[in-house]
Formats: sequence, C-alpha cells, structure tokens
Amino acid sequence: MNPATFLLALAAAALAPTAAFAGDVDQADRIGRGAYQAVLGDCAGCHTAPGGAPFAGGAPIATPFGTLIPPNITPDRDTGIGDWSLDDFRSAMTRGVGHDGIRLYPAMPYPNYAKMPEPDIDDLWAFLGTIAPVKNDVDANQLPFPFSIRTLMIGWNLLEFTPKPFAPDAAQSAEWNRGAYLVQGPAHCGACHTPKTIFGGDDAGKALTGASLQGWWAPDITAAPTTGVGSWSKEELVAYLATGVNGHTIASGPMAEAIAASTSKMTPEDLGAIATYLKTLGPSDAARPTPLAASDPAMKHGAAIYVDNCSACHGGRGEGSKDLFPALASSPIVAQADATTLARMVVIGSQGVHTAAKPTTPAMPSLGWRLDDAAVADVLTFVRNSWGNAAARVTPGTVAKLRN
Amino acid sequence: MAKILPRKDVVIVGLGWSGAILAHELTDAGLDVLAIERGPWRDTARDFNIGYAQDELRYAIRRDLFLQPATETMTVRNSDAERALPMRDYASFLPGNGVGGAGVHWNGQTWRFWNSDFRTRSNIVERYGAAKLGELTVRDWGVTGADMESAYDRFEALAGISGTAGNVGGTIRPGGNPFEDPRARDYPNPPMKMTKAPILFAETAMAMGLHPFPCPSANLSQPYVNPLGIAMGQCTFCGFCERFGCANYSKASAQTTILPVLMKKPNFEVRTDSEVLHVDLDPSKTFARGVTYVDTSGETWFQPADLVLLCAYGLHNVRLMMLSGIGTIYDPATDVGTVGRNYCYQTNAGVTVYFDDATLNPFIAAGALGQTVDDYNGDAFDHSALDFVGGAGINCVPTNGRPIAFHPTPPGTPRWGADWKKAVAKNYSNALSFGSQGSSYAIRGNHLDLDPTYTDRFGRPLMRMTFDFADNDIRMSAWVSDRMEAIAGRMGGRQVVSDRRKKGWDSTVYQSTHNTGGAIMGTDPKASAVNPFLQSWDVPNVFVVGASAFPQNPGKNPTGTVGALAFRAADAIRRQYLANPGKPLVTP
Repeated sequence: MNPATFLLALAAAALAPTAAFAGDVDQADRIGRGAYQAVLGDCAGCHTAPGGAPFAGGAPIATPFGTLIPPNITPDRDTGIGDWSLDDFRSAMTRGVGHDGIRLYPAMPYPNYAKMPEPDIDDLWAFLGTIAPVKNDVDANQLPFPFSIRTLMIGWNLLEFTPKPFAPDAAQSAEWNRGAYLVQGPAHCGACHTPKTIFGGDDAGKALTGASLQGWWAPDITAAPTTGVGSWSKEELVAYLATGVNGHTIASGPMAEAIAASTSKMTPEDLGAIATYLKTLGPSDAARPTPLAASDPAMKHGAAIYVDNCSACHGGRGEGSKDLFPALASSPIVAQADATTLARMVVIGSQGVHTAAKPTTPAMPSLGWRLDDAAVADVLTFVRNSWGNAAARVTPGTVAKLRN
Repeated sequence: MAKILPRKDVVIVGLGWSGAILAHELTDAGLDVLAIERGPWRDTARDFNIGYAQDELRYAIRRDLFLQPATETMTVRNSDAERALPMRDYASFLPGNGVGGAGVHWNGQTWRFWNSDFRTRSNIVERYGAAKLGELTVRDWGVTGADMESAYDRFEALAGISGTAGNVGGTIRPGGNPFEDPRARDYPNPPMKMTKAPILFAETAMAMGLHPFPCPSANLSQPYVNPLGIAMGQCTFCGFCERFGCANYSKASAQTTILPVLMKKPNFEVRTDSEVLHVDLDPSKTFARGVTYVDTSGETWFQPADLVLLCAYGLHNVRLMMLSGIGTIYDPATDVGTVGRNYCYQTNAGVTVYFDDATLNPFIAAGALGQTVDDYNGDAFDHSALDFVGGAGINCVPTNGRPIAFHPTPPGTPRWGADWKKAVAKNYSNALSFGSQGSSYAIRGNHLDLDPTYTDRFGRPLMRMTFDFADNDIRMSAWVSDRMEAIAGRMGGRQVVSDRRKKGWDSTVYQSTHNTGGAIMGTDPKASAVNPFLQSWDVPNVFVVGASAFPQNPGKNPTGTVGALAFRAADAIRRQYLANPGKPLVTP
C-alpha cells in the first residue's frame, strides 16, 4: 500500500461509525483502489486548477471548437457532483451522459473511460466521495453557438463513439494486454497523442502518431524508430513516465502535467505494461528521410545560430547533459512531423517537470526576443537535420503562427 | 502599528546560502519555516536567461544583482578619530541582494579553514608565545577542524565542489593541497581542466619547490547530481561568474542546489521584497518573540516565531542584532561588548606578468578555475623569525577576459586614444595575473557599531564601519608580495608589475566581498556574540549564521565555511535545541 492509499484507508476507517454497512475494511480498500483509478485516469490533470483545491474545477481547455472548463467533481451538492448517484457516474464515465441526462463533451474522455470495468468505476466513485467538498461554481460550457448545444453530442456519439469494454488480445501477454487497456482506457493517451477527425473524434488509423494540442505538438508515441519511442528501451520509457527524465529528454508542457499528476504515481508494473504495449505499435519504420545537406543556406545559417545560442547547454554535437539539458542528437522529439513544440521551446521557453525523483526543473529560456522567425526556423531546421536527425525544414511561417 | 500574522515555528531572515541550508534541514525535521528576504525572487529559469546572463554592462558594471546603497548603506572611516561618512556607492565590497544572496554572483572558490585557523589564538601562543600576538585580538572559534569536517563534507557534496583532495584520512595525495587538514573523502567532482595561465603558474611554482594544486571550485568540472537529487551541469568556461548568475546550472548556489526541492515543500514559504526591521524581544531581552518586517507596499507586519535565524549577509546580521538589542555593542575604548567586535576583511595584493607572445586567451575562464599555492598561507610556514603572523593563499585564478573591464596595460600606457588601444590589443592575451588572498586579523580598533548621525529610509541608524589594515597584516602582505614577485620573475615575461597592499583602506576601490566578524562565535560570552553552535548567548532562541561569526578571517574565501557553519547550526538545532527549545546549548 502506498502512503496515500494508507492515509485514505485511515480516513475511511475514521469514518467507520457513520458508515451504513458492515464492510469497513472493504470500504477502505475500495477507496484506496479508487484513488489509484483517479491516478490512472489523471482526473486531477484536468479537474484541478494550478494551485486550486483538488478536483474542484480545472484550468480552461482550448479545443478546436472553443473553450471548455473542467467542472468541479468534489461532492459539493450545489457546485460539484454531490447530488449524483452511482448510476449517474457510471453513465457519465461510459456513455457521456451525466446527472439529469446532461450530455458531456468528449474533452471528458468517456470514449476511453468506457473501456473501464464497472468495479473500477465504482471504486473511483467511492474515492471521489471522500474528497472534501469545495464550493466552486464552474461554467464548464464556454463553447460558441452551435457547439454550445450539448444535445449535438447525441449525433457525435452516433458518429464517433461506440461504447464497448476493453477486449483483450489472447495472442498477447498479460502485460501487453494490461498496457493496451491502460493506454486505450483510463490513461487516455490518445486524447492528446492521436490525430482527430474534423468532428474531433480519434482518427483510428493514425492512433498515437502525434497530434496538435493547445499550441503544442503531442508527439508520436508509437514504436516508430525515428519519430516514436521505438529507439527507447522499455526501461527508458518507464523512467520517463515515472520521473519525467530519462537521459534522452525531459518532459515539459502538458506531458509534464500528466507525469506529475498521473504517470509518476502509477505502479512500476503498470508503467512497464504501458511501455511494453507502446513498443509494439505502429510501423517498424517509415521510410527514413534524408537529412538536408549541410551546404543548404538554412543549414549554414542555423549552424551559426546554434553555436551562439544553443551549444553551451545542448553541446556542440547536440549531446545534451544528463538530467539537465535534453539531447538533440538522434532525437525522436526533434524529428516530429510538426515543429510547433520545437518552435515553442525556442520562442517561449519551457520548464521541466518536477517529480520527487527528478526535482531539478531545468528550464529552456525564451529566446524569442533575440531570434526572429527566420532565425528560429533555420536553427530548428539545422537541429532537425544534424547528428542523426532528418526531418522537414521549418518555415518562418510556423514560428510566426506560434508567436501570434 | 504592525499587523500580527499567524505564528511560525521558524523565521529565517535572508534566503541565501545559510538561509536555504537551514530552511532545508529544518523543514526536513518537520518544522514550519518562513524565510523573509529583502530582495526579489530569483531563479535560473526566469532570471539568468542564457541570452542575456552574460551582459557585462548590466551585471558587472551596473551591478544589477547587488544591494543598492539606497536600500541600505553604511558609514565608513579608518579609525575612531575620524568622522564616518556614508558610502554613496558600494565599491570595496558588494553585498548581495535577493534570493540566493551573494551566493548567486560569487566566483565559487570553496575552501576549508584549517584547525590552526579555528585555533588561531591558541596556535600562535603555543607555537610562538603570547608576545607574538602584539596588538592582535584574534580568538579561537570554539571548534576544531575535526569538529567541522563533516559539515564541510556536506556542503561540498551539496555544491558539487570540483577539486583534488590533498589529505584523505591523513594520507597526503599527490596533486592536492598538502597543507589541508585530513578530509574523510575526495571532493565530489574531479578538478576542472586548467587553462594556460594557471598551468604556467603551477609549473613555475613547482620548479621553485612550492606545492600548487587546483583551486577547489563550485564551477563544476562535470555533470553532477547532488544528495538532494538536483542535477547540475558542466561549466562551459564562459568567464561570467563573479557579479553574474549562472545560466547553465553549473555554478553552485541556493538556486542550483537547494531551491528546486525546498520550494516544493508544503512546510516552507518565502516572502520576498520584505525587509526585516528588527527582532522583537520580550521584556526580559532574553527571548525573541518574532520579527517585524515591511513589505513593498510599506505595510508593517509582526511575524511571531519560536525560533529566529539571522541568515542575512554577515554585516547585516550584525546590524540587525544591534537594532534589536541582542547583546551589547562593542566599545573599543573599554574593550567591553559582544556585538561589533573583531570586524575583519581580507588583505589582498597582486602581481601581473606581461608577456610578448603568450596567447593566454583570458576569455576562457571560470570564477574558481585556477591554481593555488598554500605554502605561505595561515600557519603552514614557520613565523618564528618573521615579524607577523598569518599568511595568504597565492591564487592564479584568471576569472575572466570580459570586454568592458578587462584591458590590462602596463604602467606608462596612455589612458586613452590610439596608443591605449594598441596597448590593449597587444596585452589582452599576454597579461598573466595572480594574487595573494591574505588573512585579516582582528585588532581592537577595527569594529562595527551604529552611526550616531546617519539613518536609513526607515529612520534606523546606519551601521558604522571602522577599519584599516592591521600593521601585522600589512607586514604579512608585503612578505608574501616578495614571494609572488619571485614567482613572477621566473615566468619568463617581459615585465612584472606588483600591486602591494598599503595601509589606509580605501572604500572606493573593489577589493573583496569577504567582510567577516561582528557577531563572532566563541566560548566566552563576554567576548563573543554566539556560542560554538551559532546560538546567541543573550537570546537563546536566536541563531546568527554567516561570516559574521568568524573571529578573524584566514587567507581563504569564506563561503565554504559559511555553508559548513549553516550545517553545523542546523545539526545543533535538530539534535539538541529542539529537545529543549529556548535553552542555551552551551553553559559557559
């Protein structure tokens, strides 16, 4: 039992005299298991605002259709889900229909949660009931007309959502199946990493190959060796999910939030299962692109900018520094199809994730004030085509779009 | 009327090296700790952007990270016979400001003092007789080198110090400092790679029978993860250490070694841009109730606390004690009083060798990258036939070749114009400097008190500094300068220029930010302000941590010892004080 689970168990035991049924120990176990389901589902990632009370409503989420604010899911009767029943909760998790028949938007990843077995959902419900109720009225639906009409989701569900439980693949190991369940189910990796159709549903044929996300690019996490996680060992993948740092890279941005709130709290077994599954996904290798010639004007310009601005930390050959400065050489992160995240790093900067195991939180400083769009584009083109990397050149337009 | 805030277990005044170490240790012990910092919040990510961290004009010339006199200055004079006047600009020394304190913009030379330094008075009396002391009022610290070993070890591990051990468990190691006290283990990181000037210096010194070794450095020779799990980078030899924050996490500071962990602790809080006016005592003057501070809006707050730790810059610790009525202010006329005595500094001198074609490339540098000779430091050599005590480390540590301030020219060069430019171009890469970092030993006339005339923006009296170099120290410095000139003369240069230390301290020329003493530690409550655990003799729930505790200053940079004293105080609080809070740890 981890410490958090233990504390919850104690809290539940303390409540025992008021519990209506005899199975106090069972109830404590259920709450502990439910707390772990909340970790797997990363409920806090969306429903807790930075610095805010746990589960009392999150930071706004910008979708292509408009803004949604994750609601208060504490047991407060007026502003939370205190007047929901277990059936309401099951329905929300598996059908996207909440209390009083209200239709949820799939930013709440019920298409993923629908794969969860009912006992796990019931455990999660038991846990949510133990959270301190917080009065915080969240107006979740900030979408413009017509998307603001929730009943539109009836049609969306018909097109994009078939509720069905997770189906194990008997040909694969139990570990692989556990990983597949976590990735497709509660951990809802595809919510960020899978490209979306024009209706906002998952583009199933391109699952986990990378997608645009609130001014970031959620990278390819299939096993593709040049752009995915194929070149990382299972241990390196587990280390990344457990600590945010693995000698190749350091998480920042939305993935830092997912690591801090969710994956860093998962069991090593579950992380190993996720890694095992991801490493079997996708093409063994797409056609490997040829790097641009060093004589290309953008490469020459980019090389000069790199020496002056980047090499002190990332090294003369993009080797980086363990735990501190991500390596840029032979990096799938650098070689993503979309350079939005890279441009963001240079123009705006970013800070690494904080986990107990890797507390440093090194930062990439903003260089947008001293490098213009062409300079950012060329240095990224240089990095994307040096030291084992090969990827499409970056245009000033990509940088300008991000800056705006 | 100050508004009263909720009580804290511990309030720390100043979040630099000492404050951060104590905050980390005491939050680990489960205490609820608040740090109040006069200056702004600063961290690497936000404030030391690699794109402008090396802005010489902003940081070195305009001193962006330093304490400004408008915030706090002090009055200075060379003797009690003079009228002290306020420094309108800091120059001779440059106190820090903001989170990280002076530990943000230090060079990184990280020394252990020796047992003979901690027993300065006893050592001199035992070895040479009491008459050797003359007018010196040097004192013992109340600790031994062995007492301090584990605290030094912890600070060096925290900061990732790079160096070559000279004495591990009594075994002298080749390439290290043979004069150092035994240490339990090697430095956490190997020494930095040397540049041309220190190599030339070391070769010359070694040929003369001296014992050069790499200066122990808080600029890291390789990537490192410290015991808190915090990662640091390898120094890039950019040459922007002193006066600058480090942009790539390779110079140890509170920012790079402690704060990433400390700031995430739920039982720690820092309030920046808030200046503590004084420690509030109860009517008996033997118990601190908390501190009073002013925030940026001018609002005054009373912060109650069970334990008050003064961890500001040493000089400011002393002034806060005086303003709070902790202890009695030292009067040199009667030699009575505990606070303000034994103010010491550093007695430095230098020598420059000009070559014709050395190509030293001085821009490849770091704050502590170089070689040191300790043969003439402290009591490493016999003073029987000499007319002084103390000594100096001789350091060839070329810290920078920065464009605005580094343009060495030999005497006789025009101060401007075409010939000056020609001389700068000729000498920029051909001037090799090294210096003596000399001990500063206490005398009765060098002391700190409150100025009778001048006040700060809150109406509080400024501190008054009365200081000149002791005659003993001038004789010591001259003798070491003779030795430096001998080394310089054998280097094969075209010209040697010596800059000797003279009597008459000049506050308008930068010399050293190694101000020590004023709230010294010791075993005699009548002659020291704090006991050997840094606890106030007069107000036992106040600890005063910093170079203010040094009874005199050896010929070494103080930061290593400041860090070690912070660990020592933290241990004493955790292991002894908390069992009997409010009680003295030492009974005289």
